[in-house]
Amino acid sequence: MTGERITIEQAAHVARLARLDVTGDELALYTMQLEAVLEYAGQVAAVDTSSVQPTAHATPAENVMRKDEPGECLERDDVLREAPESMDGMFLVPRILGEAP
Amino acid sequence: MRSAGPGSPARPGSPEGPDSSEGSDASSGSTPSSGPTPPSGAMSIAAIAAAVRSGEASAAGIVEQYLGVIEAMDAGVGAFLEVAGEAAIAAARRVDALMASGEDPGPLAGVPLAVKDNMCTRGVATTCASRILAGWRPPYDATAVARLAAAGAVTVGKTNMDEFAMGSSTENSAVCVTHNPYDPSRVPGGSSGGSAAAVAAGMIPGALGSDTGGSIRQPAALCGVVGVKPTYGMVSRYGLVAFASSLDQIGPLTRSVEDAALLYSVIAGHDPADSTSIREEPEWTGRLAAPDILEKGVVGTVVGLLREITDGADPEVRSRVLEAAEGLSRLGATVEEVSIPELRFALPAYYLIAPAEASSNLARYDGMRYGLRLGDGSAESVMSTTRAAGFGAEVKRRIMLGTYALSAGYYDAYYGKAQRVRTVLVSAFDAAYRRFDVLLGAASPTVAFRIGEKVNDPLAMYMSDVCTIPTNLAGHPAMSVPFGTAPAPGGNGSATGPAMPVGVQVLAPRLGEPAMFSVAAALERIAPVTEPPVLDRQEL
Repeated sequence: MTGERITIEQAAHVARLARLDVTGDELALYTMQLEAVLEYAGQVAAVDTSSVQPTAHATPAENVMRKDEPGECLERDDVLREAPESMDGMFLVPRILGEAP
Repeated sequence: MRSAGPGSPARPGSPEGPDSSEGSDASSGSTPSSGPTPPSGAMSIAAIAAAVRSGEASAAGIVEQYLGVIEAMDAGVGAFLEVAGEAAIAAARRVDALMASGEDPGPLAGVPLAVKDNMCTRGVATTCASRILAGWRPPYDATAVARLAAAGAVTVGKTNMDEFAMGSSTENSAVCVTHNPYDPSRVPGGSSGGSAAAVAAGMIPGALGSDTGGSIRQPAALCGVVGVKPTYGMVSRYGLVAFASSLDQIGPLTRSVEDAALLYSVIAGHDPADSTSIREEPEWTGRLAAPDILEKGVVGTVVGLLREITDGADPEVRSRVLEAAEGLSRLGATVEEVSIPELRFALPAYYLIAPAEASSNLARYDGMRYGLRLGDGSAESVMSTTRAAGFGAEVKRRIMLGTYALSAGYYDAYYGKAQRVRTVLVSAFDAAYRRFDVLLGAASPTVAFRIGEKVNDPLAMYMSDVCTIPTNLAGHPAMSVPFGTAPAPGGNGSATGPAMPVGVQVLAPRLGEPAMFSVAAALERIAPVTEPPVLDRQEL
């Protein structure tokens, strides 16, 4: 795991997954820096964790339930005022259906 | 409302000379003549609240006084992204009206405060110092902000930060650079650098920050103020823009341990809107500033001098930590060295866990419901264009790192492994706390470094948080207390730079805040007297 090479193609794939339009010199720089940080972070491989469970939260976590009753909520107009575009009380977004894959 | 930064032109009406700001405050007529007269930077939160609650001073007068100081000073510091002056004066007048009607406005009556720009403030821009949220005005207040207001405090503005709290110098802000008040050529630390610099410069008596890997304690250390990272779950994260949800925690930055305890007491407590907030509140919730905690002393307290966050620090920083330990010993504490070797894996684990959580949390900035939207065509093209232009380099790096660590084929080796290492760290801490009440070490391995020094080397910047990150992974509380100064390295590595503040860090087990505050208060009483910052109001 440590010292693994990251190719430009791998970095480009990660950028695509993360919806970041990153190309050219910027992508080349991030590829190098990604590799350096991953090599450093790869030190965790040296720790013996064969007998431990993963910790997602450091505090005792349990499911939090509440009654399914309507409570206070934000005013629709207050929320839509901050939207890039809205129409008829709804968010207006680019077409997502019928796109080329 | 304004944006400010170093190099901002002087605004009309700005005080021009050394005495004019004080003079205009005194002659404005809005502060009762019987009000406190020392420079506002020297006033404690406790003193302001006491003066307002006793009728000695008006909240509006106090708030106007601080707004004047910010106006005069912040062009040279760059701590504030936005100052909401009119709203603050209106809020202060409501406090005064409560007083006039015989009601108690609360324990923070009339206390002006600043809030890091990643906490939602209704109607006041909340941007995380990012282009992607430029101008966004939240429709609600964060719980911590609302609790301050309910206690009578007045939020006067939002402070600069590393974009989305990712950084250790505040240089990753997309808006402006913040200067360390002790030496304007140096960073204030980060990511809560604006809050730390504002408090250090005397522009505000206290501020809120957030701490995911040290973002309250490291800037507090570098700016010579008190900074507290509470036990995970003690302060609601509702309305705090999420970075790494299992690590993020809101806390205070102040000029004294007592003031930190006062602010913490107000913002702590269960909040149904944050499912990670602790439901069974400990007995000390809301009363950390009580004498049985702050004046308890350290007789019988068992303090572990934690080698992993002491030995690797710069020699002069290490000397201050050792002096602090000796001081506690003289006051009656039992001080012993302790080593937790597992801690050296904390930083590597953090740089897998935090970016993984960030890549997930920051997926919401897609240009659809709020914030920036750029480009046209397909939804995916709009998202990718918006995010590439809206996020800065460090945010993009961490999103890519996190996406990689979570992606198929790498999940077990990176993210899964880091989570298991986290378990190992927690167990190692638990073992140490069976023997020690608190642990002691440096809050930062160095004093404040020069602006630009580490900006092109992400790994070097990440090392700035080596002393603070273990606490976040464990969910424990820790705080930085100013303890003297150390000479900053000169231009060629020689120790010829200016004297810069050093922070000693007190770490405690989960919900160990009372012991942590008792030790911090003791340290404060024996800390060396230091010169005030260069960028002090009196020098303008």
